[in-house]
Amino acid sequence: MLKRSLRLAALALLALFTWWVLWFMVMGALTPEDELRMTIGPALESGGAQSAVWCILPNWPTLEPLVQLLFDTPLFFTMFWNACVQVFPQVAGQLLVAAPAAWVFSKLRFPGRRALYAAYLVLMVLPFQITMVPNYLVLDRLGLMDTPFAVILPGVFSTFPVFIIKKGFDAVPDALVEAASLDGAGPLRIFASVGLPLGMPAILSAATLGFIEAWNAIEQPMMFLKDKANWPLSLFLSNITAADLGLAMAASLMMLAPPLLLFLTGQKYLERGIGLSASINDGM
Amino acid sequence: MRSSSISRNRNKRRVGELRAAALLLSPSLAGVAVFYLVPFAEVVRRSFTDAPGRRFVGLSNYKTVLANSAFQTAAANSARFLCVCIPALLALSLALALLTRAAGRRGQSFRTSFLLPLAVPVASIVLLWKVLFAGNGLANTVLQTLGAKQVDFMGTGAAFWVLIATYLWKNCGYDMVLWAAGLDRIPQSQYEAAAVDGANGWQTFCAITWPGLRPTLGLTALLSLINSFKVFREAYLVAGAYPHESMYLLQHLFNNWFLNLELGRITAAAVLVVGALLTVAGLLLAARRIRRKETPC
Repeated sequence: MLKRSLRLAALALLALFTWWVLWFMVMGALTPEDELRMTIGPALESGGAQSAVWCILPNWPTLEPLVQLLFDTPLFFTMFWNACVQVFPQVAGQLLVAAPAAWVFSKLRFPGRRALYAAYLVLMVLPFQITMVPNYLVLDRLGLMDTPFAVILPGVFSTFPVFIIKKGFDAVPDALVEAASLDGAGPLRIFASVGLPLGMPAILSAATLGFIEAWNAIEQPMMFLKDKANWPLSLFLSNITAADLGLAMAASLMMLAPPLLLFLTGQKYLERGIGLSASINDGM
Repeated sequence: MRSSSISRNRNKRRVGELRAAALLLSPSLAGVAVFYLVPFAEVVRRSFTDAPGRRFVGLSNYKTVLANSAFQTAAANSARFLCVCIPALLALSLALALLTRAAGRRGQSFRTSFLLPLAVPVASIVLLWKVLFAGNGLANTVLQTLGAKQVDFMGTGAAFWVLIATYLWKNCGYDMVLWAAGLDRIPQSQYEAAAVDGANGWQTFCAITWPGLRPTLGLTALLSLINSFKVFREAYLVAGAYPHESMYLLQHLFNNWFLNLELGRITAAAVLVVGALLTVAGLLLAARRIRRKETPC
């Protein structure tokens, strides 16, 4: 009994590390600018002699920075919209492309399957800084640099969702596929009416991970979009300086809101999907 | 007569399956080929030419890259980073997975807490990280109140450890879920048998848990590797294109060379990094195959 409480206490202490960050951001967004400048401001000015402090609750809570961000900052809306334009088509495209491919790698046999899947795995591991060079060569040739497609298209053909969804399909029993086949269903029909419904947790998990990843994109827009008018929200904060501390805190919170909401609603699938990706089938 | 019709049927099914495979795979394969595989061949070709990609220059790009001191620093830092952060993450997340499991049902509810940092965008925490680790930031305020010496987190070798801590914070929950799924696959009966035999916690871990988790280890390490490359975002947004030397990674180098349009160098460096990754992967696979042959199971 004592041991169990000790364990729970240890867990709670560790969990504090993650919740504290959220608390900091929510409270920071509700703190007026001049108070922020007094408490955490010194840390952001070079050569400030004072030490930064942090209060658990703001002394004079206010909605002013949030209101200012939402109503008086058109740049914020442009960048929010840019992010939506770059993220949603990208995630939708990922699922449309990756789910059929994942089914093929998981359940259909054809010559060269293992070698091709190995190539997909290698591509999945390579960091963006490596793949950006080939990406750039193609985007430049196609004249897509500096358009939203430069961010969307390489993302659509990322091989990571194929891997996650394949893991989900691997968990679909082969006997079920056999049975559907004996009932006269063709391979496409089996994919649509057996694979898709049973692989849904993995597909939703890939969608959640894909959204988080795309929403978080820093390097892709920075490298492929020279025109700042196309920049997504993830680069908004690199645009405003420490002088706009209140605005920066409010923007941080608004940046966090969409993935956080998605995470809290889809968390069950996400956990199951991530768990599936650790399972081993035919060696990979 | 009948057997030939069955084999004809089977053949027909085989052809149907191949056709379906081609149809379902072609969008993905076409995109991967256009955006990744074909241009990568071009990258390899360009690594042997001058910057505009016309004149063949042999290995001179490779010689330049390998002799470049920034490349040497970045490669050493990246290697050091991987060697520290991945084992640390694997150990910490496994401990966390075991702890949540041992804490019973209430422990499970902590999973959400630990997975949460995964959803927090880098741009949101940049400000917080700056406030925490600046010279007169919050971390130093805490150190001061505790009576300890202040640390210049971003301007000394401590920057490397800030990066490690960031990586652990962000990915611990993800790896914990992976380990937890692996733990779920170990049959409960084995633990019961061990308890009957009077095994203690450590013996149970060595004899049942760890061997049972071995299949999970490879993929967890692979996913940790993928996520380790993404730590560049935090490093870049917090410390800029030229951070303290101790956290100047290969990603910074590629970033800076790309912005300076040094295509000759960057292609050669890309080929070198991919070659190194493939070599390590090949060695690991070979080692696994040898071990499997030694202990048939």
